[in-house]
Amino acid sequence: MSVIEVTDLRKSYGGRPVVDGVSFTVEEGEIFGVLGPNGAGKTTTVECVGGLRVPDAGRVRVTGLDPVADHRRVAEVLGAQLQRSELQPKLTVREALELYAAFYPRPADWRPLAERLDLAPMLDTRFARLSGGQKQRLFVALALVGAPRVVVLDELTTGLDPRARRETWQLIEDIRAGGVTVLLVTHFMEEAQRLCDRIAVIDRGRVAALDTPAGLIRRSAGATVISFTPSAPLDEADLRALPQLASVDLKDARVTLSGTDETVNAVITLLARTRVTAHQLRVTDTTLDDAFLDLTETTA
Amino acid sequence: MKTDVLDTAVLRTELRLFRREPGALFWMLAFPTLLLVILGSIPSFREADPSFDGLRPVDAYVPVAVLLGLTVGGLQGMPQVLTGYRERGILRRMSATPVRPAALLTAQMVVCGGAALGSALLAVAVGRLAFDVSLPEQPLGYLLALLLAVLAALSLGAVLSALSRTTKIAGAIGSAALFPAMFCAGVWLPVQAMPDLLARIVGWTPFGAAAQALNEAAAGDWPDWSHLAVLVAWTALLTAAASRWFRWE
Ligand SMILES: Nc1ncnc2c1ncn2[C@@H]1O[C@H](COP(=O)(O)OP(=O)(O)O)[C@@H](O)[C@H]1O
Ligand SMILES: [Mg+2]
Repeated sequence: MSVIEVTDLRKSYGGRPVVDGVSFTVEEGEIFGVLGPNGAGKTTTVECVGGLRVPDAGRVRVTGLDPVADHRRVAEVLGAQLQRSELQPKLTVREALELYAAFYPRPADWRPLAERLDLAPMLDTRFARLSGGQKQRLFVALALVGAPRVVVLDELTTGLDPRARRETWQLIEDIRAGGVTVLLVTHFMEEAQRLCDRIAVIDRGRVAALDTPAGLIRRSAGATVISFTPSAPLDEADLRALPQLASVDLKDARVTLSGTDETVNAVITLLARTRVTAHQLRVTDTTLDDAFLDLTETTA
Repeated sequence: MKTDVLDTAVLRTELRLFRREPGALFWMLAFPTLLLVILGSIPSFREADPSFDGLRPVDAYVPVAVLLGLTVGGLQGMPQVLTGYRERGILRRMSATPVRPAALLTAQMVVCGGAALGSALLAVAVGRLAFDVSLPEQPLGYLLALLLAVLAALSLGAVLSALSRTTKIAGAIGSAALFPAMFCAGVWLPVQAMPDLLARIVGWTPFGAAAQALNEAAAGDWPDWSHLAVLVAWTALLTAAASRWFRWE
């Protein structure tokens, strides 16, 4: 059974559809990414999964339960780190962990959790005095303290410096290694590419694509880019005739082509046949970044 | 104990946090009794006065001090805290747990109501010990009037929390309402000393009705049912309004 099932989810605000027919399923043990530009409807979608918002239409199930009708039982198996929330300013880290642990029937021991999240030195610090990164780590701890089967992490690494972000990625991998399914909302490609087993790309309330990171890259038109400065001018007609070519760019004597592996091979053959040398030859894969731009532009 | 609206862990936490608010502690717990002590230190306030039905002004000010803590708590304390909890997403964060955010609302009411009762008890005790003000001669009636007044103040606080989108607005409405409320409770002029018509008008407000009910019970009579009915009616009305308009986010 899938841990999360979302079928044709819809939600409008003031007559404007914000989530417009989103469907996906998340399997046990997966890190499932929800990727999309700001305002795409990611938070609305995952907050419907967490039972924090009531869908206008569609079906949401978490471990087979309806998050609205069965709020308490869903909240017991689903831990959430929300995009915008705080704690009481004068509540200390220890008190927050103890309080939230008391909310759950079978909580995790919060001490090792605090240790793992580097919160141990600041157990007596009040929430208002924590740095941004420390607050984020506390919210991750609170999402995990109920020993959930699923965690929802909404833009967890936004606002963190690159080092803290990398540490957080390790943490997310550890969470999954501990058997917890992760629903990860992000707008960082690198993060999604690095962590997620599968990604739903959301654009203006719809799923623009749903695939593995490699699958998403493969879908994009120019998956491989080859660029070089030829020792002698090349016939543009020859270039345009290359197989599986997606684009040609001739600027300042430099040739930039995008296509597939087959295009790369044909370029090498062409160079050999015309006895042209390629200076500063670079072959690069498109990143999820490019694939993402492709996906969200074509729906524009 | 754990229900949707009452959770002892939340209650314990809110009690602990309340003790970390020196402002709230001072204005709710200490200020009313301090005012009583200052007024009671004026010699003329300790002499019988015909405009107070032959009571000494200090006698008349004990019920005023009793109402002062719950007035401040209901109009300034609780609305500020609850509006802040909503504004900062604290209520939302709690919605994502098996405990409903209503538990936080209840905890605030219990803490605030408890502090108001503590403040009242302190005023009565200091009045008795320092100024020889006799204890209420109809203690049950006094307690009943006090409890109804606390409920009215809490429901008023809940309405203010429901209507204020930000803590700034809650602060502004709270201070604007505080002075009329303190006037009705008799801070400037105890109800016994008010002209008849004024006293009657004030008797329709929650704090004015509470002041008159407390005075009657202090003098040994059972409080007039009309005053108690005014308190119950306000509580019902305000509670209905609060539950109609309160938003968790
Ligand atoms: N409670 C709300 N009321 C009105 N509009 C909302 C509300 N929540 C979200 N929106 C709007 O819905 C759109 C999608 O928001 P959101 O789901 O937060 O997007 P994302 O998380 O992808 O950035 C935004 O345009 C936002 O302004
Ligand atoms: Mg968002």
